Amino acid sequence: MSHPRKLDLESKLSTQLSGIPRSGIRDFFELVIGRSDVISLGVGEPDKPTPWPIREAAIRSLEKGQTSYTSNLGLESLRIGISKYVEEHFRVSYDPKTEILVTVGVSEALDLAFRAVLNPGDEVIFHQPCYVSYGPSITMAYGVPVPVNTRLEDNFALKASDVEKAITSRTKVIALNFPTNPTGAVEPPEELEKIAALCVKHDLLCFTDEIYSELLYDGAKHKSIVEYPGMRERTVLLHGFSKAFAMTGWRLGYACAPAPLREAMMKIHQYCMLCAPIMSQMAGVEALRLGAEAYEGMRQSYEERRNFVVKRLNEMGLHCFNPGGAFYVFPDVSSTGLTGREFALKLLEEQSVAVVPGDAFGPSGELCVRCCYATAPDLLEKAMDGMAAFVAKYRKAGA
Amino acid sequence: MERLLELLKENARLSAGDIATRLGITEAEVAARIAALEKEGVILGYHAVVDREKTDHSGVTAFIEVRITPESGGGFDRFARRVSQYEQVRGCYLMSGAYDLAVVVEGKDLYDVARFVAEKLSTLDVVLSTATHFQLRTYKHDGFMLNTPPTDGPLLVSP
Ligand SMILES: Cc1ncc(COP(=O)(O)O)c(C=O)c1O
Repeated sequence: MSHPRKLDLESKLSTQLSGIPRSGIRDFFELVIGRSDVISLGVGEPDKPTPWPIREAAIRSLEKGQTSYTSNLGLESLRIGISKYVEEHFRVSYDPKTEILVTVGVSEALDLAFRAVLNPGDEVIFHQPCYVSYGPSITMAYGVPVPVNTRLEDNFALKASDVEKAITSRTKVIALNFPTNPTGAVEPPEELEKIAALCVKHDLLCFTDEIYSELLYDGAKHKSIVEYPGMRERTVLLHGFSKAFAMTGWRLGYACAPAPLREAMMKIHQYCMLCAPIMSQMAGVEALRLGAEAYEGMRQSYEERRNFVVKRLNEMGLHCFNPGGAFYVFPDVSSTGLTGREFALKLLEEQSVAVVPGDAFGPSGELCVRCCYATAPDLLEKAMDGMAAFVAKYRKAGA
Repeated sequence: MERLLELLKENARLSAGDIATRLGITEAEVAARIAALEKEGVILGYHAVVDREKTDHSGVTAFIEVRITPESGGGFDRFARRVSQYEQVRGCYLMSGAYDLAVVVEGKDLYDVARFVAEKLSTLDVVLSTATHFQLRTYKHDGFMLNTPPTDGPLLVSP
């Protein structure tokens, strides 16, 4: 009898995957899992559940027995709602029939967009620190991630001059996300205009992740790159319901793009996803019908919490700019003599406060931590008290 | 409603400093505005919102519908103010519809409330009729949900 050979599953895995490091968030998540004493500023989602009328719309649709597949594109009523909403918010119009695709979150839409356009070796420029899935999604689509660092001294805005330096003959896409996860950065219109001009000049596509576009503060109005001359025809606008409408668990998003791009994304989506869940789509119809009425109260409350957190962080000696959007602050913790990762680990250990190490969002976030302030005000206050005591201790130890 | 009032309605224990930080104005401005609101009687008082079922309080609360004959000159006001004077009366509202006043009464027990209705309310000659409804269970009070079943908490870390 032949000797049974041990099955080596590692060797069976796609080599494309081995180039993707483990998520720095996942590492950290495992440390806090099961702990009930932790005040967490470590999440990327609102503290409140989805507004009741939206939940009720889903319940009503379930009661009616709406439990089937929908069109691959998503419900027509939802696409019409998206078209209206996008036109109102971004001043750009898309045809619900040929230019809009409903997806399972912005996550799926991003993945589809990369897979739809990238050939092996094509380069994608994106700004870092950034949302954790950009690099891996590009790699999984056989593209080459080309991160461009943004800096604290620029309030993490992206410099068009840095983008220009990164452009090569293989560059195919520039991916943007403003307001940014994890920094809360907002892009100044002058730079956005220059980046738009670069896209046109070098004939590049642009993927703009607008997931935080409603969450802007200090009376600012959102301006997307898609609005600049020559951009609509080369842009995939990605948006969803997770953040503004507090709907992270519903897994609902969408892509708006010129017909050939939408069609290519649709081709992948129909085979790998079929359609987004119908109950989520029904909830989405109601969310868009309500619009700002559903999220304005939350937005205002985030703005107040941001004011509180930024003041406290600066008072305790952590340099932190005043982010114009999203619900994150990204303070530099180097005055404690610790890296972001050390800071987060020790803070969790000593004060039971969870923040996310900045390096989870790219190496340029190494000296920072991400704190989500979409957290109940009383918990936020306790977390800041814990952080202040912690920072005082380490600053003294270092002095 | 102005935002400062909304914040205080949510949490009256916020300090002037906290409110100032949140709204991006000075602490002195907040203190002055609160003083003015108190003086104008916009802010009537501050209280804790209590889940009575979790205390040893064994009292009852009743909503009483009262129909009355409006008095010449005073309309409903004179009667409503008079009823409101009783300490047992926690609330008193003029209503549209099938009855005139809704009176919220707290008592030690059923008999206590019944006695109040029989002796204090019904004896007033403008009262045409009363209907007393006892509160059995509270699901939401002053904007707070009560007795909600616990759910799995959210994740502590997410992207
Ligand atoms: C920038 C950014 N894009 C996309 C996502 C994922 O969104 P969705 O829930 O729509 O998949 C997130 C979630 O944290 C995000 O921060």
